[in-house]
Amino acid sequence: METINENIKKEIVKPPISDVGIIGWTRENLFSSPINAILTLGLLSILWFSIIPLIKWAFITSTWAPDSNCREASGACWSFISANYKIILFGFYPQDVLWRPITAIILLCTLLVISRNRNYWNKYLGYTWLVSLGIMGALLKGGIFGLAPVDIEKWGGIILTLQLSVFGLTASYPLGIALALGRQSKFPVIKTFCVFYIELIRGVPLISLLFMSSVVFPLFLPEGVSINAILRAQVAIILFTAAYIAEVVRGGLQGMNKGQFEAADAIGLNYAQTMRLIILPQALKIVIPPSVSVLISAFKDTSLVIIIGLHDLLRTTQVALSEPKWMGFSSEAYLFLAVIYFLCCFFMSTYSRKLEKELDTGL
Amino acid sequence: MNENSNKKKDISNEDTIIKIINMHKWYGDFHVLNDINLDIKRRERIVVCGPSGSGKSTLIRCINRLEEHQRGQIIVDGIELTKDLKHIEKVRSEVGMVFQHFNLFPHLTILENLTIGPIWVRKISKKEAEDIAMHYLEKVQIVEQAAKFPGQLSGGQQQRVAIARSLCMKPNIMLFDEVTSALDPEMVKEVLDVMISLARDGMTMIVVTHEMGFAKSVAHRVVFMDEGMLIEENEPEEFFNNPQNERTKTFLGQILH
Repeated sequence: METINENIKKEIVKPPISDVGIIGWTRENLFSSPINAILTLGLLSILWFSIIPLIKWAFITSTWAPDSNCREASGACWSFISANYKIILFGFYPQDVLWRPITAIILLCTLLVISRNRNYWNKYLGYTWLVSLGIMGALLKGGIFGLAPVDIEKWGGIILTLQLSVFGLTASYPLGIALALGRQSKFPVIKTFCVFYIELIRGVPLISLLFMSSVVFPLFLPEGVSINAILRAQVAIILFTAAYIAEVVRGGLQGMNKGQFEAADAIGLNYAQTMRLIILPQALKIVIPPSVSVLISAFKDTSLVIIIGLHDLLRTTQVALSEPKWMGFSSEAYLFLAVIYFLCCFFMSTYSRKLEKELDTGL
Repeated sequence: MNENSNKKKDISNEDTIIKIINMHKWYGDFHVLNDINLDIKRRERIVVCGPSGSGKSTLIRCINRLEEHQRGQIIVDGIELTKDLKHIEKVRSEVGMVFQHFNLFPHLTILENLTIGPIWVRKISKKEAEDIAMHYLEKVQIVEQAAKFPGQLSGGQQQRVAIARSLCMKPNIMLFDEVTSALDPEMVKEVLDVMISLARDGMTMIVVTHEMGFAKSVAHRVVFMDEGMLIEENEPEEFFNNPQNERTKTFLGQILH
């Protein structure tokens, strides 16, 4: 043993300079073989010929002022956005009281940002949400506190998109969990119902559900009773998304170790306690990535309400585009729309990654 | 080991706490447990051994109804195990169980793992539950890890936490299902030490294990099972030195080398 110890020299050996740093990284990752070198150069040239003109079009030769003449501009005409943003964002909401939806949306965004932090998750945050939802409803609908009433049919643009998605996603998640648990139930009636529901809903496109909610469903209502079109679309979205969430959650439940159920049984926890305290917290954590995928795609699918005549963000953009003055500027319009959708989805996906990291307990 | 007689207090005057009468269990057509008859006295410590697949784990899992038996009776502290959920809950609150793979709840801290049962099943306050939990953590010597998560502990520590978790429910009977088999060799002793100290406190214990040293020094009785049947049972000295059945002899020859 001694001789071995003596032979070990305490000397710090560094890797060759060409293997580390920028040069090392570039050689390793971009030019490691002739084929890689050719691919790297090819991609660089493609980027060069696409990115440069795009930047030029979007930022350098573009026009921004709402009153400028777009036909003369050689680049992008963002004037379309600056001239029409009220219509795009708020649809036919009365233009003189736009402070109301704006306040409501700011309130909603503030709450969403606050709710990102798990340290604030307590019953007071729940109450705050309830009260705030009431305030938002009052602000939008009016009719109390001296606010002029605004017909629900006039809610459009981002108000409608946010409403459909926030309620759609928050209501479908618990419903999906209930369906997933139901599908694993020991009682044949509950199990059959859940399987039937999930398979039925997953077997039809959302568009057909929206059609049914707007065309078929009212036929079954008694004479004189009518349910608001937005509410019907909302319910259709919730029912649809819940079926997908249910299958994702079921995957998580099946991934659970049988030992967890046994340990909970051995301690004496009953079914509800076992699920709520032991199984669901772990199963839902496992399925955060696929659940967020479902929620993100559900968020984007809210734009399908366009086919039953609701004025969501996509529809109001089309309305603005249909004005003769602005015809032909759809690239700018849809890019703007894409940015809004992207920001919302990005919010969800960064949050899900943050949550995953926070909930990681090393096992 | 010469103090065996000191450690093993006389239990002949104690009442019977577990009674298993003509019990059978099948998995499909497979006869896992075949006509089991076993009486266990309060404060008695029983080691169950046998080759793998002999039904020893299934036997103790029937005692807290993790598995259902199909014929015969199991009576735990005067309560018969039937389909009645009330009875099952009652029995489970009296019987603690420790598993081969610990089965700690990985999303909860060590302290929460220990308090979840007392708070939700025995309905005591959080403060009180935490006091009990700290008491038992001290007993298994892991107080300083209370705020950590199970994934941050070694196997031996996790198994000691699992024992403490069962003890927090203040059980009358403890079941141990091969609790040292999944551990690295150097951690076996720390877990066995905790079990020995439990034995010293007079806990009724049914232990499925291959640790024959533990059986010799702690058990009142050793039970040998094979192919779902109780083949032989005896006091440890007799069992190891003078086995009666051929199958017992073969088994002991295999594990004692």
